[in-house]
Amino acid sequence: MNVNLEHYQAKLKDFIAQLRALHIESLEQKWITLSLAAIGLLVAIITLDAFFHGINPPSKVETIDSARLHLSEEFAEDKLGVSVNEKGDVIVRMVAGRYSFFPKHIEVPAETKITFRWVSMDVLHGVHIPMTNMSTMIVPGYVAEITTTFPKPGDYPLLCNEYCGLGHNHMWSNIAVIAKEDWQAPTAKTSQGEAL
Amino acid sequence: MIEQATKKLVLAHLWVAFAAFALACVLGEYQVLERSGFIEALNSAPVYFASVSTHGVLMAFVLTTFGIMGFGYYFAVTSLNQPLWQPKLAWLGFAVALTGVVLAAVPLLLGKASVLYTFYPPIIAHASFYLGATLLVVGSWLWCVIMVVMFAQWKKANPGQPIPLAMFATTANALLWLWTSAGVALEVLFQLLPLALGWIDTIDAGLARTLFAWTLHPIVYFWLLPVYTAFYVLVPKQAGGYLFSDEVARASVIVLVVFALPIGFHHLYMDPEQGQGWKLLHGIGTFVVALPTLVTGFTVIASLEIAGRLRGGQGLFGWILTLPWTNPMILAVILSLLMLIFGGFGGLVNASYAMNAMVHNTAWVSGHFHLIFGGTTIIMYLAMAYYLWPMLTGKPLFSNTMALCQLWAWFIGMVILTTPWHVLGLLGQPRRISTVVYNNFAHIGLETL
Repeated sequence: MNVNLEHYQAKLKDFIAQLRALHIESLEQKWITLSLAAIGLLVAIITLDAFFHGINPPSKVETIDSARLHLSEEFAEDKLGVSVNEKGDVIVRMVAGRYSFFPKHIEVPAETKITFRWVSMDVLHGVHIPMTNMSTMIVPGYVAEITTTFPKPGDYPLLCNEYCGLGHNHMWSNIAVIAKEDWQAPTAKTSQGEAL
Repeated sequence: MIEQATKKLVLAHLWVAFAAFALACVLGEYQVLERSGFIEALNSAPVYFASVSTHGVLMAFVLTTFGIMGFGYYFAVTSLNQPLWQPKLAWLGFAVALTGVVLAAVPLLLGKASVLYTFYPPIIAHASFYLGATLLVVGSWLWCVIMVVMFAQWKKANPGQPIPLAMFATTANALLWLWTSAGVALEVLFQLLPLALGWIDTIDAGLARTLFAWTLHPIVYFWLLPVYTAFYVLVPKQAGGYLFSDEVARASVIVLVVFALPIGFHHLYMDPEQGQGWKLLHGIGTFVVALPTLVTGFTVIASLEIAGRLRGGQGLFGWILTLPWTNPMILAVILSLLMLIFGGFGGLVNASYAMNAMVHNTAWVSGHFHLIFGGTTIIMYLAMAYYLWPMLTGKPLFSNTMALCQLWAWFIGMVILTTPWHVLGLLGQPRRISTVVYNNFAHIGLETL
């Protein structure tokens, strides 16, 4: 055992000696230092943003049975669309399926934190509202959750941005962002949007 | 030293690689024409997606794998100055991989495997497609074994001597590929093939994506390492100078191989099946792996400057003019580096964790990888082919001017192709669509800005 340890210590020493013997020109050293500094800066920005500003990609590791969505507590037909929970948070529950997003049309308030919960009923989809960070993959078997705020009212397209079959081009719908003061919270327990 | 039989082997690999390239180019032209909307009759989603799938598989898997095997055999026998170990095994690898290509090509061309080159379960292709992909990878593993054995043989015969740089980088690439390809191999063997054959009913799509991401990023370095090898070994000599630093080149290769491996999750930034911590770690790794590329860029440009000054170049930039621009290899390396600067910049945006949300799955990404793969990488494959072909066939190039025109056209074409993609991507146009059926993207951008 001891012999082995010494053997590895010697190997490590040899490795460090070889690393030290690496011949690096001074100009090269300057370039490497500069490169490392640039990389360090970019890494620092994304890390600090992640830890202190909570800027992260959607990463809710939550599973769901995609084959039984219609029977589920949360994603049954009458539970879809915009709702406001008891704490006053705006929650949007959406189902993606070849080749549309359900409900087909929703209205949400501007300048308000909105939590989207996306599920797929068949294959892989992706959803993106152009010019916003409302972007997530919708992987069958998982709930994709993303919270964002739309600063400006308007009609936004909602596009499937992941190949999901030959009708993929046609998988899009839209979302109306309404000025905060004009938006009315839907009354609880009523069906939202059009029927499936 | 390269024996006649080995020349034949290398040529066979390059023939398959460039035949695949030629077909994929034709498909690419069709796709551009279809997307342009100029010819209404061309509009067909089934044909378009079959074409995109074939284009991707041919370019990313066939051209690269056969090209890399061919270049690898050449680098091995010439740099080590020893005959090929087990030529029969090499030919077996070639045959297995080629069989795989044919098995995959049939369903692809028939539209039975329109799952794109990234597979996308739970959409499922004909089983023959997955079987073919597996055989292609298995064939390339035999190449890896031959490279590693030849490395070991040389080390044994030359104790204490540093292995020639070309073989150092090629063996590093073989080891990289053995590890890298394991992810997709696991996905195909345990998920996709059983599903396609009806042995199982469901798979975990999140796991499938994770396994594919294991392969998806390091594979880029598998494609790139032969290019870096050419940068280090062929370019300085062709330019009329010498390599600025052999040791730093080796250090770059090692950093590249080590950090290329744990970064694949940056393809899954927008996925729900992986947690934030892992994504951030892979994000940091992605930035670290930029280091060897920055260092390689420096070493190559420094080597070119040495050559330019040896040829009489004066002043801060005068050495650029004295470089042999009419040598296809030198022209290609200059154009390649130019595209690397812009492609690398876009890559930093993609790598930037949450910032990626704006461009994820948009045309920006197609623009990015056509610039960095189609541009930076493939232009060097073309240059290496121009360099090797006369040597392998014993005949001079049909026309050097034509080769130069081709490289310039490739460069200009890539710039024209990728610039609008980047712009449209920022405006939100998805990639992987055959026609735009919704609003005009410039319009959406202006409305919402």
